[in-house]
Amino acid sequence: MIQALSGQLLLGLINGSFYALLSLGLAIIFGLLDVVNFAHGAQYMLGAFLAWMGLQYLGIGYWWALLLSPLVVGATGLVVERVFLRRLQGLDNLYGLLLTFGLALVIEGLFHHAFGNSGSPYPVPELLRGGFDLGFMYLPKYRAWVVVVSLGISLGSWFVIEKTPIGAYLRAGTENPRLLQAFGVNVPVMFMLTYGFGVALAGFAGVMAAPIYQVTPMMGSSLIMVVFAVVVIGGMGSILGSIVTGIGVGLVEGFTKFLWPEAANVVVFVLMAVVLLVRPAGLFGRQK
Amino acid sequence: MSAPSAAPILRIRDLQAFYGESHVLHGVDLDVAEGEVVTLLGRNGSGRTSTLKSILGLVGRRTGSIQVGGQETVGMAPHRIARLGIGVGYCPEERGIFASLTTEENLQLLPRIGAAGMPDAEIYDMFPNLLERRRSQGTRLSGGEQQMLAMARILRAGARLLLLDEITEGLAPVIVQALGRVVQQLKERGYTIVLVEQNFRFAAPLADRHYLLEHGRVVDTIEAGQLSGRMESLQEFLGV
Repeated sequence: MIQALSGQLLLGLINGSFYALLSLGLAIIFGLLDVVNFAHGAQYMLGAFLAWMGLQYLGIGYWWALLLSPLVVGATGLVVERVFLRRLQGLDNLYGLLLTFGLALVIEGLFHHAFGNSGSPYPVPELLRGGFDLGFMYLPKYRAWVVVVSLGISLGSWFVIEKTPIGAYLRAGTENPRLLQAFGVNVPVMFMLTYGFGVALAGFAGVMAAPIYQVTPMMGSSLIMVVFAVVVIGGMGSILGSIVTGIGVGLVEGFTKFLWPEAANVVVFVLMAVVLLVRPAGLFGRQK
Repeated sequence: MSAPSAAPILRIRDLQAFYGESHVLHGVDLDVAEGEVVTLLGRNGSGRTSTLKSILGLVGRRTGSIQVGGQETVGMAPHRIARLGIGVGYCPEERGIFASLTTEENLQLLPRIGAAGMPDAEIYDMFPNLLERRRSQGTRLSGGEQQMLAMARILRAGARLLLLDEITEGLAPVIVQALGRVVQQLKERGYTIVLVEQNFRFAAPLADRHYLLEHGRVVDTIEAGQLSGRMESLQEFLGV
């Protein structure tokens, strides 16, 4: 009984860690650029695939992939912002949404074409094999690693954004980018770097996910639906909200899987509907 | 500056500005020499705020010529205009204090844009309230304190050409007097100031010259010395 519950809660915590990493990136991007980045799932998949391809074709291991893959995904983000998104500034944010949605379809389509539908396994790095026996449950080392690192990255990002001068630029730009630019800050470059960072977070989450889930071209599109629900529940653009809600939603899902397994896939969306009815701006969002 | 003091630090010729389809400025001409204080007077909608925003590149589109320190800025990105030699500082009408930043973060946010930023000690000497309230959220300050913060941050960043939009609007008389002393001090220190003001009694003793705007163009210019003889027509113009 306890074992089943804690097992599901651990699974929920791990899913929640990925939700937090992904919704954090979405929140940062939406906050500053006013872009709903529908390519986020594809960029997460790209991160996982780059790690897999690196290992398969170049013999690059997990640890290097964890560093390089987000950098490459982030670099593609810089290009996407510079070449496409910048042209859509000042237009309704529906255009950015449609553009990134189209981009996601193109990226996923290309990988589908090249690698097919079936998943490829990615080995757990040697250092993180095995696990701990906690008495009431068995905790695989890699899963503990995922939770700790995701939390660390999420809280680190929150700290940088809320407590440092770099974060002050981001917060000010989120409020009024035109005025910030009139004060002498190169806001266009800030937009580009912020999009690159948010996308790099997605790529990082992808590498972290590779040893747990199968690496497939569609791995992002199934996850991103839940992540968007998380963002709506937490409040569009709220940094802390996206982290707390990400973990929370993962745990709620895990708990539901224990109580009523059939409802586990739906509970997030029920929660989203309820939050939208009661607090349309989300749990942590500011009412406009 | 190596240029003679007679050469204007701000020179605007035939400035036209647009927000989308609406044409808001129809050929503004004005000159401001280094160290001068000038005002832009006129009724609401006459184009005073649009003129300031045009200087910073914050309107949709602009044509004509705006030279800052001899450099043409039409077509330049706003962040480059702010960093032009002299340092261009802007107090927007709505004050533009960032709500998600503390008072101190608001103050320290701006990058250095001029050669000589005002040191913190002098800033806090000029605006003592900001020191007491440095940990408060920026928008929790009173209106007067927010206005002082908006002024202080551009001085700290090193701006020497100050574009101040309606800094006395909605403030108590005692605060308006304090702001008047601040502007006077800045003038004595050689700052160049363009004031958009409704409060003529605030602006009159400070300014070297007044530009009267109507329907998006300058319709009259009054030097400080001619003011007493022109009061009647001026009051009629402003509708007060």
